[in-house]
Amino acid sequence: MGAQTETVDTQGMNYLVSLPRRVVTLYVPLAVFLFVLLFPFYWMVITTFKPNEELLSREGNPFWVINPTLAHIKKLLFDTAYPDWLWNTMLVSVVATFLSLLCSVLGAYAIERLRFKGSRYVGVSIFLAYLVPPSILFIPLAKVVFEMGIFDTRLALILTYPTFLVPFCTWLLMGYFRSIPFELEECALIDGATRLQILLKIILPLAVPGLISAGIFAFTLSWNEFIYALTFISSSEVKTVPVGVITELVEGDVYHWGSLMAGALLGSLPVAFLYSFFVEYYVSGMTGAVKE
Amino acid sequence: MNRLLNNRNFLGLLFMLPLATLLLLFLTYPLGLGTWLGFTDAKIGRAGHWVGLDNFEYLIGDAVAQLSLFNTLFYTIAASVVKFALGLWLAILLNRHVPLKSFVRAIVLLPFIVPTALSAIAFWWLYDAQFSVLSWSLMKMGLIDRYIDFLGDPWNARFSVVAANIWRGVPFVAICLLAGLQTISPSFYEAASLDGATPWQQFRFVTLPLLTPIIAVVMTFSVLFTFTDFQLIYVLTRGGPLNATHLMATLSFQRAISGGSLGEGAALATLMIPFLLAAIMFSYFGLQRRAWQQGGGDK
Repeated sequence: MGAQTETVDTQGMNYLVSLPRRVVTLYVPLAVFLFVLLFPFYWMVITTFKPNEELLSREGNPFWVINPTLAHIKKLLFDTAYPDWLWNTMLVSVVATFLSLLCSVLGAYAIERLRFKGSRYVGVSIFLAYLVPPSILFIPLAKVVFEMGIFDTRLALILTYPTFLVPFCTWLLMGYFRSIPFELEECALIDGATRLQILLKIILPLAVPGLISAGIFAFTLSWNEFIYALTFISSSEVKTVPVGVITELVEGDVYHWGSLMAGALLGSLPVAFLYSFFVEYYVSGMTGAVKE
Repeated sequence: MNRLLNNRNFLGLLFMLPLATLLLLFLTYPLGLGTWLGFTDAKIGRAGHWVGLDNFEYLIGDAVAQLSLFNTLFYTIAASVVKFALGLWLAILLNRHVPLKSFVRAIVLLPFIVPTALSAIAFWWLYDAQFSVLSWSLMKMGLIDRYIDFLGDPWNARFSVVAANIWRGVPFVAICLLAGLQTISPSFYEAASLDGATPWQQFRFVTLPLLTPIIAVVMTFSVLFTFTDFQLIYVLTRGGPLNATHLMATLSFQRAISGGSLGEGAALATLMIPFLLAAIMFSYFGLQRRAWQQGGGDK
């Protein structure tokens, strides 16, 4: 069956595929995929609203909730530092994203358009920097952060997140800048514009879709970041949502599944919400970086 | 001053300054520092002394480190192969005409954009030894007679974390490959079917060769992210049971941050680099050359 589904994936010849065949080769596998991919989210939602008795009972139907309750969300918002974590995550993500975009715009423009000596090599090394994973950087970075005296502060995250955001954003923006015709710049140069004016008044307005793509992607990446936040932060009030939920809501052997799930759900909603508005930009950012 | 500002080299340097400062200070320098730390006996709060290859010798003889290497390789290979197969299949399904096409595409990517640490909590609860809904369903269907201990048994735990990783990675692979599929002109398939090619032949001789360059890049990234994965393991098992799911990244965190021996952890992280390079070389150049052999043109 696997090979069969790959049949005619073109629009031109779809009419050749009969309906029963479409059901078996297309709708059934797609439905299974969607079910598996979405089930954990359904489970998050249903667990958030389940009272503890229902959570810890093997009787009845676990797929539905009989007496929905807001107790877990209430506990999360009023008895834990969760609102602080949300605020920290938001702050760190927004600032890190803007910082990265600023550096990336200037850098990408210089590499793509100023073509200074050695710009090719700089471009390649930016791509290589993109391939350096945080899991091999966090130990020495912890030392750097500690020596700079910003350990356990939001600044530590704001300054370290660009290590994985900047290479990505620069690479993406380089692709966008490349697609803007040189002639526009030459006209502006003849009219006496400086390079900075060209960048601000000609290149950036034309590269807005690229900026949005890079921005959305960078924001999501910072929101999802875990290992740096886990390593560089130890006080509860400066933790981010993913780290806070994992380290503070798990108390001993008794897992409060309801509030854990509520924490996971509320922490996922902002990115999911943002993503829903910018799906196309997000996808083009993700695939653009891969295709280059 | 004006003349300087018209000099592209000077101006380029000026424009590169913020980016370069940030990356040199927080990426290049730590990368070197990490390698250096691997050769010292640094502890948290104490500068280390040069100890040569001691850390590496110790780690190579250490059973837990050996096990973590095996786990990492198993995790990476198993997850990447399945992610590729399922991702390609899903991409091909999404490339066909379905109702609500763009909506379906949008929600397919959800597992990828949601913070991994948070979706891992959902998996943790799904894998719970006593209240797992998976076990419950299998019991009701009569397929098993007692609850599965997903995260308590070494091999169960390995397969469980691989499954969670696949769940998270398939959307990424699928959406990227879909972008590649959309660039293939339908007329190729029309020509192929006029020539009498079967659906399998169309896939094998039209889709696959044209998609190879993108597959190479996507899988390089996928392997890279899987090999260095941390969050999922940290949340689901913290490396247990009996270190059966410790990856090199989680073990180096445990040794360096929880255990305090920065030097040892850094050495372990450094040991990941050759494997990463090998993985990149293999998937990138291996597949790239195939593309070139089949007339993909060299870029």
